[in-house]
Amino acid sequence: MSPLPNRRDDEVRRLLDTPHPVVPIDLTSRAAVRGRGILRRRRAFHTALWALLLAAAIAGIVLAVLFWPDHPSPTTPGDNTWWPPAT
Amino acid sequence: MGKRRTVAETRRDAEFETFTAGAGGRLLHAATLLTGDPAAAEDLLTAVLARLYADWFRLRAEDPYEQARCELFRRFAYHPWWRRPHGGALDRLTAQERLIVTMRYFEGVAEEQTAAQLGLPAERVRVISARATATLRSIRDEERPERRRPGAPTGATRAVAP
Repeated sequence: MSPLPNRRDDEVRRLLDTPHPVVPIDLTSRAAVRGRGILRRRRAFHTALWALLLAAAIAGIVLAVLFWPDHPSPTTPGDNTWWPPAT
Repeated sequence: MGKRRTVAETRRDAEFETFTAGAGGRLLHAATLLTGDPAAAEDLLTAVLARLYADWFRLRAEDPYEQARCELFRRFAYHPWWRRPHGGALDRLTAQERLIVTMRYFEGVAEEQTAAQLGLPAERVRVISARATATLRSIRDEERPERRRPGAPTGATRAVAP
């Protein structure tokens, strides 16, 4: 909110302004290995999801071909009314 | 693996290496301030950098440092309560105070941005950082009483007084 320099804030900044710690040499390589693991899991998950979608599409097509109603259904001859016919 | 992907992975490795060589020290410093423990800070930073490595091609024109910083603060904010930070330069502060002090004074994130990232009102962030500042100054005055000017109110009394 206040862009004006504040003496107390400057003191805290000075307190935190120490030299950076030494980064271990193998930290980058460890992070890269873990990152590759994340990538591999992500790829496997996406592959599985796409396979599921493909299987669902194929199953839908097969079921539609097998059970397509290509003849008029024999039920309800119908007289264009919704009430039951008077006997 | 296709040739294009091999080339992309090589480029990712090289760019990631360059980035960590440049920004690793500062990020590790921030992580050390947050957790207070060098080993825990290394673990935190490794997790953050692994995520950054995996997302390297997703951040197209964004600053990877900004991304890593946000991820670091997010991960620390969602630390479980039983893994409370101890020690370090910000000893005696709570986890939330550590987070806000590091964001505001070490990384220089603006108050509104800090509030937005933590999901707090800006007034709350201001109050917490004022309290943390008072605590830090009181600790500093306790450690070095010769620096206390005569007649000036100490940080401890100021922290207690309303």
